[in-house]
Amino acid sequence: MEKILEVKNIEKYYGTKANLSKAIDNISFNVDKGEFVGIMGASGSGKTTLLNCISTIDKVTSGHIIINGEDITKLKGNKLNKFRREELGFIFQDFNLLDTLTAYENIALALTIQKVKPKEIDKKVKEIAEKLGIKEILKKYPYQVSGGQKQRIASARAIITNPKLVLADEPTGALDSKSARKLLENFEFLNQKMSATILMVTHDAFTASYANRILFIKDGKIFNEIIKGNDTRKQFFEKIIEVQTLLGGDLNDVI
Amino acid sequence: MMLFKLSFNNMKKSIKDYSIYFLTLVLGVAIFYMFNSLDSQQAMLQVSNSQKEIIKLMIVMLGYISVFVAVVLGLLIVYANNFLINRRKKEFGIYMTLGMGKRQISKIILLETVFVGIISLAIGLVVGIFASQLMSILVAKMFEADMSEFQFVFSSDSCIKTCIYFAVMYVAVMFFNTISISRYKLINLLNASKKNEKVKIKNPFICVIIFIFAVTLLGYAYWKVTADVNSMTTADKILPPILMGIVSTILIFWSLSGFILQVVQKMRKTYLKGTNMFILRQINNKINTMVVSMSVICLMLFMTISILSSSLSLRNTMQRELIEMTPVDLNLYKTANLPESYIKYGKEIKTTKEQREDSKITVQETLKNNGLDMNVLKDIVEISIYADNNLTWEIFLKDRIQEIKAQFPALSYNTAEQIVKISDYNKIASIYGIEQYEIKDDEYIILCDFGSMKSVRNKVLEDSNNTLEIAGKQYKSKYNECKSGFILMSTSHTNTGIILVPDNCPLKENMKEMTFLVANYNANSDEEKEKIEELFSSSDSGFVQNLSNNGLDIDGLTKISIMEASVGLATIVTFIAIYLGIIFLIASSAILALKQLTDASDNKQRYTILRKIGCDEKMISKSLFSQIGIFFGLPLVLAIVHSIFGIQFAISLMSGLASKDDLLPSAIATVIIIGIIYGTYFLATYFGSKNIIKEE
Repeated sequence: MEKILEVKNIEKYYGTKANLSKAIDNISFNVDKGEFVGIMGASGSGKTTLLNCISTIDKVTSGHIIINGEDITKLKGNKLNKFRREELGFIFQDFNLLDTLTAYENIALALTIQKVKPKEIDKKVKEIAEKLGIKEILKKYPYQVSGGQKQRIASARAIITNPKLVLADEPTGALDSKSARKLLENFEFLNQKMSATILMVTHDAFTASYANRILFIKDGKIFNEIIKGNDTRKQFFEKIIEVQTLLGGDLNDVI
Repeated sequence: MMLFKLSFNNMKKSIKDYSIYFLTLVLGVAIFYMFNSLDSQQAMLQVSNSQKEIIKLMIVMLGYISVFVAVVLGLLIVYANNFLINRRKKEFGIYMTLGMGKRQISKIILLETVFVGIISLAIGLVVGIFASQLMSILVAKMFEADMSEFQFVFSSDSCIKTCIYFAVMYVAVMFFNTISISRYKLINLLNASKKNEKVKIKNPFICVIIFIFAVTLLGYAYWKVTADVNSMTTADKILPPILMGIVSTILIFWSLSGFILQVVQKMRKTYLKGTNMFILRQINNKINTMVVSMSVICLMLFMTISILSSSLSLRNTMQRELIEMTPVDLNLYKTANLPESYIKYGKEIKTTKEQREDSKITVQETLKNNGLDMNVLKDIVEISIYADNNLTWEIFLKDRIQEIKAQFPALSYNTAEQIVKISDYNKIASIYGIEQYEIKDDEYIILCDFGSMKSVRNKVLEDSNNTLEIAGKQYKSKYNECKSGFILMSTSHTNTGIILVPDNCPLKENMKEMTFLVANYNANSDEEKEKIEELFSSSDSGFVQNLSNNGLDIDGLTKISIMEASVGLATIVTFIAIYLGIIFLIASSAILALKQLTDASDNKQRYTILRKIGCDEKMISKSLFSQIGIFFGLPLVLAIVHSIFGIQFAISLMSGLASKDDLLPSAIATVIIIGIIYGTYFLATYFGSKNIIKEE
């Protein structure tokens, strides 16, 4: 399989020399094209820092992150922005939709800033909205729709640019369970039918159970890795719980 | 002591937020000081007596205007301060959760106000004191005073006045702060930043209709004050177009963003380009929440532009006309044929035999008899002006009288017309260097150049029946309009009417109303002229003044005194206009700037989102620049359009006092003044906002 993401021995330190804290302590892993990878860990485990480093929002202290053959730790300034704009898609816990723009405009904005032709924009927005079941709400403003719908708008925005990698940070964190399930089904659809590569950070076992593979992070290190393989989602869910129990049982610092 | 430290640190911390507020306070204080210290400036101490009177008048007027200015600045400070307080709701919320009472929070704010107040007052005064030195050079130029010895001037009166006025404003601010703090609820304070801004959506269809309606209304108001300006004859007719202008301004701002959004959304190519969509929505969102303030700002800018450019052009026109209207150094005149008693201002005045005797001789003879060395004068011409009691304005106006009385009820229609023989007038015209006239034995000409009077007379002259009976003989008008010309020097075109008749007109000796002398000073240098001027000016030691102390009334006008009085008048107008104009400008710029800064910090999250989805800093700066540019630009553009029509209206109202020819340079000067102040605020806002939305 083609490697989309290669994380090589990255470290991230915070603080001064006297009081150093390692948020990420020598992490390496790969994500192949078309994978749906979950990263789990408790608050403070370093999972969000990891995602921020991959999404180029934060910088690593040492190590390399290679996305689609390009070492992003060496990119700077506008090249970094261009990379982020063209190769990555983001889905955030708090949606990060612009409240002054309609759903349509929020989705279109991702394309307009890439200078895509207006004609294509209209076509693409309608297409993706159809697929994610948000066609009816395209003219509405974020405050007029539900949390689940907001997150689907955000997903549409993330996927419309055909990014190499979609990064999702606690996408179900602000949703009720029904909306969460609907959204995750959408993720499955994006992953399977539209062959989007997704890297999702979460601390919720149910959410994680939709992924193909899960990395467990604890104190800045990869603690465990489990693969769904041919398991059903329910079996996979039970496996996740097991690992979580293991994680928390000894050290008593899980959620 | 803890509160003291807290408030001091708060100030240091929020120095960026305070910078525009501070800038405005400093400018306000400085300008207030400058204009109130005018009287003690060096230039003012060196001007002549007649100018001193004018300066006194100016000081009194500036005093009243300062009260008005103080009110404007006070409101602005309260408004600005309210903004700052709102920005810090969360901070106060945290203090309250820590157990601080509302009274203590009020105390913190009070201390901060005092800090900012004292510092801005001090800096403002220093700036004002130095700037007023610069201004005194300007004043000296306007009054043509001698400034060879420069002297640093400090006006303690103005300083104290400034301190008192601003102290009162700050007390008002504290009062309002305490009220707003006492209204806060803890939960709202803590959640202040989380409050979801509801996007107000207006029906786009209604927006378009309202916009078209507003533009039409505005167009009608414009037409009313320009093309249809002749119908603006009384004060109450001026009001409707002004009201229409205000209403349409508000409606335009109410509907503009919705209208533009509709239009641009149709233009897919523009709409779906870069961050245009975001910019438009931002503006749409913001304009909706600030219709009133945008309208007020637009109208204030309009006033600034109109006041500045019409007053500057008024000044230029006055100066130009002044040269035209004062062609010789001296006019002297006295009443002829004084009766034994006459009524003046409702009082009966008895005349002496001496006075009656004197009124039968010419001005020249009176001067000679009283021992004036006639060599001080040259180019002397003396003529007689007649009046026929059977020829008053009322009689002249004939059938038109009712129509004109309705229009100008205040004129006294029983004034006798002034009559001058054609050859006499031509003598004066030749010295003045103005047009001379010829008439046949049965013709008359009316000279009149005072705007409204001229139009009244023209109406009569246009009628076919324009014959007049003068001294018992019938005459008809040579022209069917008034001709230009004048006898008495003046600051501007103020001749309300002189009838020129043929020399053989049977005017009797007892119709002589006055004898009138024009002359130049027999001098080669300005110094010599000044010396001769002393004799004729109203100074106590003057020759003419002495005559009048002895009961012989000779009235006179000298070129020098007219010049001084007029320059003074123009200067008063200019100063007051600049004072008010700049204050309005500062007020509107500050409101805009503060609003934009608040928005920038409220919308920080939006820029973070833009960054997250891949906008680079250049795109974000560009979008910010466009937004702030549009916000500063929209009221300015509408204000400029308003002023194009407003100034024309003002000029036609000032009928003849200001002319359109002088408008362009004044408009350019205005643009420079506005550019500097408005531009400074714009840039300060842009960089301030950029700083706020910058990522840590």
